[in-house]
Amino acid sequence: MIDYLLTEEQIMIRDLARQITDEKIRPVAAEYDRTEKFPWGIMKDIAQADLFGVYIEEKYGGLGGGILELCLATEEFSKGCAGIAICYSASALGTYPIILAGNEEQKKKYLPSIAKGEKLAAFGLTEPAAGSDASALQTTAEKKGDHYVLNGLKHFITNGGDADIYTVIAMTDKSRGARGASLFVVEKGTPGFTFGKKEDKMGIRASSTCELVFNNCKIPAENLLGREGMGFISAMRTFDMSRPGIGAQAVGIAQGALDEAIKFAKQRKQFDKPISSFQGIQWMLADMATQTEAARALVYASAREVGAGVKDVGVHSAMAKMYASDVAMKVTTDAVQICGGYGYMKEYPVEKYMRDAKITQIYEGTNQIQRNIIGMGLIRESSK
Amino acid sequence: MNIIICVKQVPDTSEVRIDPVTNNLVRDGVKSIVNPFDMYAIEEGLRLKEKFGGKVTVLTMGPPQAEAALREAISLGCDEAVLVSDRAFAGSDTLATSYTLSKAIEKIKDYDLIICGKQAIDGDTAQVGPGIAATLDIPQINYVRKVEEIKDQTITAERVTEEGYEVIQSTLPCLLTVVKEINNPRLPSLKGKMKAKSAVIQVWSAADIAAAEDRIGLKGSPTWVLNIFTPPPKPRGKIFEGEAQNSVNQLVESLKGIIH
Repeated sequence: MIDYLLTEEQIMIRDLARQITDEKIRPVAAEYDRTEKFPWGIMKDIAQADLFGVYIEEKYGGLGGGILELCLATEEFSKGCAGIAICYSASALGTYPIILAGNEEQKKKYLPSIAKGEKLAAFGLTEPAAGSDASALQTTAEKKGDHYVLNGLKHFITNGGDADIYTVIAMTDKSRGARGASLFVVEKGTPGFTFGKKEDKMGIRASSTCELVFNNCKIPAENLLGREGMGFISAMRTFDMSRPGIGAQAVGIAQGALDEAIKFAKQRKQFDKPISSFQGIQWMLADMATQTEAARALVYASAREVGAGVKDVGVHSAMAKMYASDVAMKVTTDAVQICGGYGYMKEYPVEKYMRDAKITQIYEGTNQIQRNIIGMGLIRESSK
Repeated sequence: MNIIICVKQVPDTSEVRIDPVTNNLVRDGVKSIVNPFDMYAIEEGLRLKEKFGGKVTVLTMGPPQAEAALREAISLGCDEAVLVSDRAFAGSDTLATSYTLSKAIEKIKDYDLIICGKQAIDGDTAQVGPGIAATLDIPQINYVRKVEEIKDQTITAERVTEEGYEVIQSTLPCLLTVVKEINNPRLPSLKGKMKAKSAVIQVWSAADIAAAEDRIGLKGSPTWVLNIFTPPPKPRGKIFEGEAQNSVNQLVESLKGIIH
């Protein structure tokens, strides 16, 4: 691995996340994949290790790091199980709207318990009719006196049902389209807020993906994050922040699969030789390693840029997410190929990496949407 | 309640190499870790502190690099750390080590409980814990799998035996050696690791703990190691299969062969 000149603190975060992965996550990854149970025990281990607060400011009980710190932990967890890793990083996704758009009071109210890992967060944007076209939202929030009333359905929500704090986007003025969307905090247990269908997924099966149902759900007006009508912009800024995290998840998946492929290639003998001695295998491994490292370099560079507060990070964070997830899909597919029939069997860990990799090309904006963002950015830049 | 945990830094391998000439452990090129059994001692100490308050001091004897083991203990939540280190301690056997650690414990003072792992994975003697209690002339409970109660300067603990377990009650201060069934050691926290990085480790020499010259190091070690070897693995038992009558006959015949 390239020396990314991490700080001492960042190395500590990475090593600690690696220790949790090796000692706690790897032994149970297959079990959670099979049973689809939410990994509460491991969430507790991560909380005890102080890793839920790495990206949250110190005054709210965090460690004062940024996106890179979050990425380092996510990458390590993903080497062991991308499903468990996403339970961790989806909580950050649900927290960013509070960090980006929340006022002091809201931050004081919600961030400390998230930083300590006492409560998980989730982000509620996607609806059955609004995926890539996030402006086609149907969920409404009607202001009535000192509260809002929410009605509608969100689906495919990661950590849905298990998180305590939900940042939810809803239309406060449907006539204004995307400019009529607003962001709210809704706490689990609020009357009128229930959970619907839990999805049965191809990969990341340790994480829960669930419907959020709002039926005349009354929330206090002070739960509005930022101003009315700013919800869509805040959501897009949230994705700018969170995309490197998905890139890091993809890098972790790719690295985990590559490590398994190397281990297998050294042990597996055909024609009286370990298959790792064949140039055909070595070339595959060389490509996989190079692509994984290139993805990591892009993810870290983008995470550093986002963390440093650089303006207009959208294009680079889209590149990081898109490239790393495409690499993860390719590397995990090749890892299965190297392991042959063994790679295809559930008894070995490689096929799970391939199943887990697929979602990274889809969620937090499909890779086609990422290309839109990059393409539009290029054209905008060239017209300046 | 103040607790002292004794730990040992050991090579991270179950197959330790032995120098054929000196019969000492070859430590070069092998990563060092905290003796795994001592991790259970640390965890138990931390849990008791969380329950009863007080402080946990971690103690080790060893070369300067044994400091790393103490920093790891601090990253888990131990409050203070003492390294007893002096060239004069070189060549200590379990008797000299017990004496040396006891002198350090006398200097730390004010303790209610001393906890050790049941044994170290390199030497496997299981003698230093009991040796400390004997030297300090305090009660000891070995192979503890559960601390049942601590009340009114009295401790009640379950001790594992080959046949089952015993419940032992003792006055404090007391020394425990613990087995791995006692708990599930925690991982370090980030804040703990940061604290450990900057923590001040006290280093005490033979003079600092007023150790008698003839009781430390080679001079204080009556044990002479003649040879170290791995005991041959226990052969597997033989299973007589088939019908009961047949199997019994076979068994009787085979036993006759051994007796005659």
